[in-house]
Amino acid sequence: MVTTNKNIDITEVRKLLGEVHDPEVPVLTILDLGIVRDIRVEGGLEIVITPTYSGCPAMDMIRQQIVTTLDQHGYGQVKVTTVLSPAWTTEWMSQEGKDKLKAYGIAPPNPLQQVCQIRPFHREEAVQCPHCGSYHTSLISEFGSTACKSLYKCMDCKEPFDYFKCH
Amino acid sequence: MTHSTALIHYTLHLADDGLILGHRNSEWTGHGPILEQDIALSNIALDLIGQARNFYQYAAELINIGGLSGPSNISNPAMGPGLSDGPRSPVTEDQLAYLRDGWDFKNCLLVEQGNGDWAKTILRQFLFSAYQTTLYEKLAQSRDKTLAAIAAKSYKEGVYHLRWSSEWVIRLGDGTEESHTRMNNALDELWKFTGELHTAATYELETAAKAISPDLSTLQPLWKEKVKEVFDEAGITYPPSVWMQTGGKEGRHTEHLGYVLAEMQFLQRAYPGCEW
Ligand SMILES: [Zn+2]
Repeated sequence: MVTTNKNIDITEVRKLLGEVHDPEVPVLTILDLGIVRDIRVEGGLEIVITPTYSGCPAMDMIRQQIVTTLDQHGYGQVKVTTVLSPAWTTEWMSQEGKDKLKAYGIAPPNPLQQVCQIRPFHREEAVQCPHCGSYHTSLISEFGSTACKSLYKCMDCKEPFDYFKCH
Repeated sequence: MTHSTALIHYTLHLADDGLILGHRNSEWTGHGPILEQDIALSNIALDLIGQARNFYQYAAELINIGGLSGPSNISNPAMGPGLSDGPRSPVTEDQLAYLRDGWDFKNCLLVEQGNGDWAKTILRQFLFSAYQTTLYEKLAQSRDKTLAAIAAKSYKEGVYHLRWSSEWVIRLGDGTEESHTRMNNALDELWKFTGELHTAATYELETAAKAISPDLSTLQPLWKEKVKEVFDEAGITYPPSVWMQTGGKEGRHTEHLGYVLAEMQFLQRAYPGCEW
């Protein structure tokens, strides 16, 4: 049941969605991630989102936070719909989001054309160290602390870092 | 078998493959040879279980729609014991995962095989990922829009699984005498289950005829090419044609599935509907 007890102001809704953070990479909002695909108003407010990865455990929490945030601002119990197509890509991440990641110590995703290689032992051209800016870095593991990240180390400043892998 | 029953069976088959392999891989969580690889395999498990959830949700939706128009031969086993009497409540993804019995599961025999050593786990993942990526690439063109969407999304994840497992097959096959021997032992144990990947079950013939799923015989050469390429680099001989064990897709499983289900389903069987 979708009830709305105030007029829907899309600009305000967008602003409120910008207050919902990814619980696993809290520096990013769901708008930065590019997972908000649509805001529908006909027949009650509906937020359309898409998961980053199929098994992303953060999605249920994000869905709940969207409902809670909008409810707190008088929009009632809004409907949150999940779509799978088109599949999420890091191309949808905002520039602001990439800047925030870097400042947070996570290397932001490279543009998509550099990967999509299935060949074993093929590597992305260069992932820049978020700490010292060096491109002299090396992959430790394709899979990092969450599905969306891989683990790198910097050969110059010697620090390990997460890379938000392009997808 | 009606069109929608074949579609339900096919969707459950895709879901079961992901769930069972995901569960097998998750058995390594906390036991991986090194932390990074423990995390890698756990991430792959998470992807596979997430993909399975999408398929189970769709299967539940199809079953529930079908239930409105008359009895379906799938709804009772899907509901599990004690739930099929009285007014019918909608089937959920959890019931499909936790309350069906072994003969209802339609996963390939390959994915239910025990983890064995690291070589066997790696090879199982590689042989399956090589199949799954070629399947999903084609399934993304399915006339069924939901299956197409799940496949397109899962394909992107499968590419990582394939690359990661390919690297390990090469590393072990082309590694030490010990690792090479272990890889060959794993091949001996698993190869007989690979024929089933490209042998269509009854429901797959029907879904293929309706352009819902790809013709599996067209995928086989692509799979062989991929496997052979990696085996060549790993110094492993691509096995000659041998007799292949099939049946999993039709619910006839090896003894290993029962152990997976016993562990995976115990909680929901002992405490129905339990949440935490
Ligand atoms: Zn550095």
